[in-house]
Amino acid sequence: MTAPHAIEVEHLVKRYARAPRNAVDEVSFTVERGETFGLLGPNGAGKTTVINVLTTRATPSAGRAVVAGVDVAADPMGARQRIGVVPQSPNLDRSLRVAEILTYHAAYHGVPRRERNERARLLLDELGLASRAKDRLDWFSGGLQQRVMLGRALMHEPDVLFLDEPTNNLDPQSRLFLWERIRGLRERGVTVVLTTHDMEEADRLCDRIAIMDHGRVLALDTPEGLKRLIPGGTMLEMRVRGADDAERRDLVRSALQRLPGVQQVERPAAQPAPDGEPPVAVYRLYAGDDVGTLLASATRAVIAERAELVDLRLARPSLEDVFIHLTGSNLRS
Amino acid sequence: MSAVDTIPTALTTPRHRGHAGAAAIALLHIVSRDLLVTRREIVTFLLQTLVQPLFLLFVFGKVLTSIGTATAGFSVVLLPGVVAFTVFLTPLQAVTIDLGRDLAFTREIDDRLLAPVPHALVALEKVVLAALRGLVGAACVFPIAYVVLGSGYHVRSDLVGVLIGLMALTALLGASIGLVLGTVLPITKMQLLFSLLIMPLMFTGATYYPWSSLGGLRWFQVVTLFNPLTYAAEGLRHAMVPAVGGHALETLQMGWVLLVLCACLAGFLGAGLELFRRRVVT
Repeated sequence: MTAPHAIEVEHLVKRYARAPRNAVDEVSFTVERGETFGLLGPNGAGKTTVINVLTTRATPSAGRAVVAGVDVAADPMGARQRIGVVPQSPNLDRSLRVAEILTYHAAYHGVPRRERNERARLLLDELGLASRAKDRLDWFSGGLQQRVMLGRALMHEPDVLFLDEPTNNLDPQSRLFLWERIRGLRERGVTVVLTTHDMEEADRLCDRIAIMDHGRVLALDTPEGLKRLIPGGTMLEMRVRGADDAERRDLVRSALQRLPGVQQVERPAAQPAPDGEPPVAVYRLYAGDDVGTLLASATRAVIAERAELVDLRLARPSLEDVFIHLTGSNLRS
Repeated sequence: MSAVDTIPTALTTPRHRGHAGAAAIALLHIVSRDLLVTRREIVTFLLQTLVQPLFLLFVFGKVLTSIGTATAGFSVVLLPGVVAFTVFLTPLQAVTIDLGRDLAFTREIDDRLLAPVPHALVALEKVVLAALRGLVGAACVFPIAYVVLGSGYHVRSDLVGVLIGLMALTALLGASIGLVLGTVLPITKMQLLFSLLIMPLMFTGATYYPWSSLGGLRWFQVVTLFNPLTYAAEGLRHAMVPAVGGHALETLQMGWVLLVLCACLAGFLGAGLELFRRRVVT
């Protein structure tokens, strides 16, 4: 591959016939070679449509999309030689056995017989499917089918691998297995583009993430960079004993509020303490990035008010918080 | 996993051929895949295809002529009709159901659509392979008829070339109509296909009677002219029914037969390819 970027998308627009609005609306981004790039957003955000355009299954209404140096609209066949695709729902050739699914795929892409048989053997082995090479798909679970599709997509050594919602509807074990494989691809230098509405998945797998909603890219950065979009950036939850009456609790609160860097202090209703245990007050501090100083000064402030610190929990904002911050709505709503 | 390191990170062969070369290789292997699948399903396929002609030939050609409900010559004009609908409907149903299922939920065809080959060739391959299977099925009708009809089996042997050509044309036409139906019919309406389309096609297609014999039922004779199966059945009658006492059976003129079959093939295939393109690329 001689192209400078693995993928270049410029002002991409896709409008379906008779649709009230653009499914993809002026989207631009580039993906570097060897990068794992995520498109994150709720259902209907336009993620799959972007993938469909990049994989030649949809034609762009306007704008340009280049994959591995090939303009997908001008030369779809050239693009198809360079990409591997794992779609959202199973599309395996059920008339074939597992190993044949892989070898026929490679054959369509011109991989010679000896090489495709060898690669199929290695990939099935890697994906834990070696003993099922001659099986039919009849009773394969979603997770197993997903593995077969991943193996198939890798058979012709694509320059760019597209994974559309790769772990949607999978059980936790299959999910972890796939995550591990996807991280393995990254180590092998395969460029991966994946879509997901799963925050944790995007956070764990992607080098960079584009957050999409209503066909637009709202923000594009590394997971850490995106989280910095949240004001403050750190949340510290403290459970404190010894601040028994309202007056004491307000004193602790205002002491915490005065600390440098603290933007806001909340006091959510504490759970009632078990019988015989002294009551516990809960404080949530929203503060800037300087975690070390915050921990030390907050602890000192509590002790200075002659209260006892029983528990400390430090939380960084999740991508979910970022999404809510950007759109004002929950990702799954 | 240690296996990760052993996967070759690059293929040893040149990857990106010219488009024509890549398409030829892809197409070749798509054909090879279809042949493999056909070979595995050959028994199911033959049972599915041949049970209907077997019973039709037995009841209409043997039983009815034996009990005197039909004249002895009936089986001779019936056989070309049975061959015609077998070679027409087998690929039609195969492509319709296959494609309907593929495009609606199994998406089995996706892997071929993502191969470096023009989508029109993927559709064309489906049509041609289905037509070939239809030809094989229809060819099997002859030995069955030979056994079932016994002394009632009469097929002229001097027009074998015309016979094969007409059968191929009819099979391709059936498969092309299947391509149109498979791309436009929602999978939930497939059941309707049989009651609303296949049955009327079978019974208005001059399969059980020579077209010229409908002279006394003029309006129906005109209706049958709108069914392409009529032309296939009449053409096959021309190519199969031996002359009696120096008189050949009166059929639709071969010029019309060929013209209509070719025009229908061009129309349905062209429409089918376009509809297919719209279904697979949005």
